[in-house]
Amino acid sequence: MTDFTLPELGESVTAGDVLRVLVKPGDTLAKDQPVLELETDKATIEVPSSVAGQVKDVNVKPGDTVTVGQVILSVEEAAAPSGDQPAATAPPPAAVRQPSAPSKAGPAGVVRGAGVGSKDAAIATATASDGRGAGAHGADNVVDIGRGARAAAEPPAPDLPVAPAAPSVRRMARELGLDVDQIGGSGPRGRISIDDVKAQAKRLVAAGAPGGSTGPLAAEPLPDFTRWGPVERQPMKAVRRKTAQHLSVAWATIPHVTQHDLADMTRLEELRTRYARQVEAAGGNLTVTAIAVKVVAAALKVFPQFNVSIDAAAGELIYKKYVNIGVAVDTDRGLLVPVIRDADAKNIVQLSVELLQLSGKARARKISLEEMQGGCFSISNLGGIGGHWFTPIVNAPEVAILGISRARMEPVHDASGGFVPRLMLPLSLSYDHRAIDGADGARFLRWIVEAIEQPFLLALQG
Amino acid sequence: MRRVAGPIHSIQLVVVGGGPGGYAAAFLAADLGLSVALVDPEINPGGVCIYRGCIPSKALLHVAKVLDEARHAKAWGVEFTEPRIDLARLRDFKNSVVTRLTGGTGQLVKHRKVAYIQGLAAIVDAHTLRITQAGGGEESLRYDYAILATGSSPAMPPALATSDPRVMDSTAALDLPDVPKSLLVVGGGYIGLELGTVYAALGSAVTVVEMTAGLLPGADRDLVDVLAKRVSQTMKVRLNTRVVKMAAESKGIRVTLEGPDLKDDARYLLFDRVLVAVGRRPNSAIPGLDGTRVKVNDRGFVVVDEQMRTDEPSIFAIGDLVGEPMLAHKASHEGRVAVEVIAGGNAAFDARAIPAVVFTDPELAWCGLTEAQAQKDGRKVTIAKFPWGASGRAITLDRTDGLTKLLLDADTERILGVGLVGPGAGELIAEGVLAIEMGANATDLKLTIHPHPTLTETLMESAEVFFGQATHVYRPRR
Repeated sequence: MTDFTLPELGESVTAGDVLRVLVKPGDTLAKDQPVLELETDKATIEVPSSVAGQVKDVNVKPGDTVTVGQVILSVEEAAAPSGDQPAATAPPPAAVRQPSAPSKAGPAGVVRGAGVGSKDAAIATATASDGRGAGAHGADNVVDIGRGARAAAEPPAPDLPVAPAAPSVRRMARELGLDVDQIGGSGPRGRISIDDVKAQAKRLVAAGAPGGSTGPLAAEPLPDFTRWGPVERQPMKAVRRKTAQHLSVAWATIPHVTQHDLADMTRLEELRTRYARQVEAAGGNLTVTAIAVKVVAAALKVFPQFNVSIDAAAGELIYKKYVNIGVAVDTDRGLLVPVIRDADAKNIVQLSVELLQLSGKARARKISLEEMQGGCFSISNLGGIGGHWFTPIVNAPEVAILGISRARMEPVHDASGGFVPRLMLPLSLSYDHRAIDGADGARFLRWIVEAIEQPFLLALQG
Repeated sequence: MRRVAGPIHSIQLVVVGGGPGGYAAAFLAADLGLSVALVDPEINPGGVCIYRGCIPSKALLHVAKVLDEARHAKAWGVEFTEPRIDLARLRDFKNSVVTRLTGGTGQLVKHRKVAYIQGLAAIVDAHTLRITQAGGGEESLRYDYAILATGSSPAMPPALATSDPRVMDSTAALDLPDVPKSLLVVGGGYIGLELGTVYAALGSAVTVVEMTAGLLPGADRDLVDVLAKRVSQTMKVRLNTRVVKMAAESKGIRVTLEGPDLKDDARYLLFDRVLVAVGRRPNSAIPGLDGTRVKVNDRGFVVVDEQMRTDEPSIFAIGDLVGEPMLAHKASHEGRVAVEVIAGGNAAFDARAIPAVVFTDPELAWCGLTEAQAQKDGRKVTIAKFPWGASGRAITLDRTDGLTKLLLDADTERILGVGLVGPGAGELIAEGVLAIEMGANATDLKLTIHPHPTLTETLMESAEVFFGQATHVYRPRR
């Protein structure tokens, strides 16, 4: 029997909430097969198994908070090492469980004959009437005092197991309208603290989830849609749920302003077309997005107030001395935002190559959590699809996002009073008004427009 | 609506019944700023617990313990002459304890400005009570909310009911009419054993008959075995035995017993007195209750939800009246929950452990999950036991028969239940209750420094036993 424990999930991620358990006892498990869908505070990830074999026990359930190193599954390995327990007598799942913590069971285990002259000093022996009690597992420290096979449809004990929470914590949860059993505890073995209860309440208020206290964001009850025609219910995918939660918080907590502008990219387009092949040879794709990454990276150097995060609790602005740009990528799993690191130190060719690689990985589901963290500013380019301006939502804890729509030829007045056809690119800048004033927003967006119109400006100032 | 007689008063909350549940509720309500009335037939709050239960019995058990220890002192090199019992003074001591405590609750009523009405309440409707005052006269009380806390009374099976004063219930036995030469205790539960212990210590030849196969049904057998062994030295215990008939004769009460193990000469026995302690019944026959929406179940308990609400929105109920275990501390907690709900709070009775204590010698106490319950539920637990033979403190007391045990969840190490038998078990159990309420695990208990030399160390060492590392228990490695 092998325990599969939660592996390292990446930098600074030590725990996550179980969204779904993808295996059940009895399943045959392959190496690298996903076993858990885990929601960390950074992203939703599928946790692949590092072991293969038959699943014996699943020690977590949706809603649990698991930490790195915690036992997720007990697996009977495919090539079982010959032990003192012949396979033929292996008990059916869940009938009699092995001790799940061998270190604890160890040679010391729980005292049996306490040796102080009292025969009572032994642990109780099993009384399982099906004959699979302690006799079959004499070395166990686990006393199965269940009668008969547990497989029998015996109702679980009415109020057990209960969440490990002190009375004061339970009272607070009740007063906040929360079910204490649904709160993941951050303490040892999932113990629930007052802070856990408060955090859960905040999450629910922010997400407007039902069951939360009666905040203004509580969802309204849904009508019965089948009154008007057939419907089908499908679970929200992990990425979708994460996106919904994250953007709800961003939308609810950030006072958004969106400004629009048009950039004449006629000259830039000429340059782009001219150098496209060269970049392709380098393994990249000279897209408007790649160029926008370079422009925004340069703009963040000129306007450092756009490269901050707000620590509202501390009343501080956190200025970042690095420039990492997130780029929204549309995948069949949903919206993902890979991050290009140190974009200010890379040239457009390098950015083009890296962007192509990252978006490819995102679409192939190979992107790591690490590669989606640490962004300072995000870019969302919908121009490939179409549209004429939109209002992107700031990707908190960033404070601004640039939306790009489809460029089109427009008649533009020239100096002589006539019209000339120019390729105009619609840009939409959303920003967090707590950190950025409207005038700065306008200046920032104008700077970007001018950098696109006069690429030399990049070299000059960026 | 029925016509109400007498003067009408209005109040926010009326508590019917002044036991430990009722007065705890009334006092908290007053502390929270509600206008409160407390109705009880006694002159001061206290209820069965202080007047006729927990408190007087403990005063007598304290005396019994002194007598017992004086007898055992011979083995320690101190010999007393045979004690002389002055029953009148013993009774006075017991009564003084009761008077002092009820005087105290009376003072607290005054300090808190609770309107104490000595009398009996009848329900007129969901917002009106009619109270027949003890001093004569009637008054009516309009209330926003009522908490029913009328408690319970000793059960007397019809077959055993008689008007002969030699057949006593627990109330009569606590009055100490005399020390009978022979006493039959019907019922091997905690009331029968505690009062049997008192009378045995005072010199009665006590016989306990219990219908089931063991004393203290509901408690774990390994704990009861320790008690049974000691009890068998001071009382005669007959298990699987029923009293089928009692007849008053001039020389005593003739009792007919029935049971598989009885020899013929043990079937018809004569006792000077008989104590019937077969259980208690809820006092749910409250006049007018049937005119409300309050539901009473087939066992006579008022039905309430976890917030102590009955089906009548203005009426709450607590304590023995609403279900087992019939214990004062459960009633107090429920009373406070009810008041918090009435005061607009979101409270509920969600206790995870209600301690039970039997104040026999040795004492027996448990809380949370019992082994018997775990077995019934098919719940897998690990049990760690620490025998008091390994406790320095127990050895100094010359009482090594005790036992401390923990029921733990094997995976999480959570403490699910605690059982204790031995002198002072009733005090020791409180730590177990706190551990369970706090969600403590074996490591928590193990890492908490306990004072030496005390019996509390047995709890810490039980947790060490769980890990196979108890200091005072050697277990060879396999």
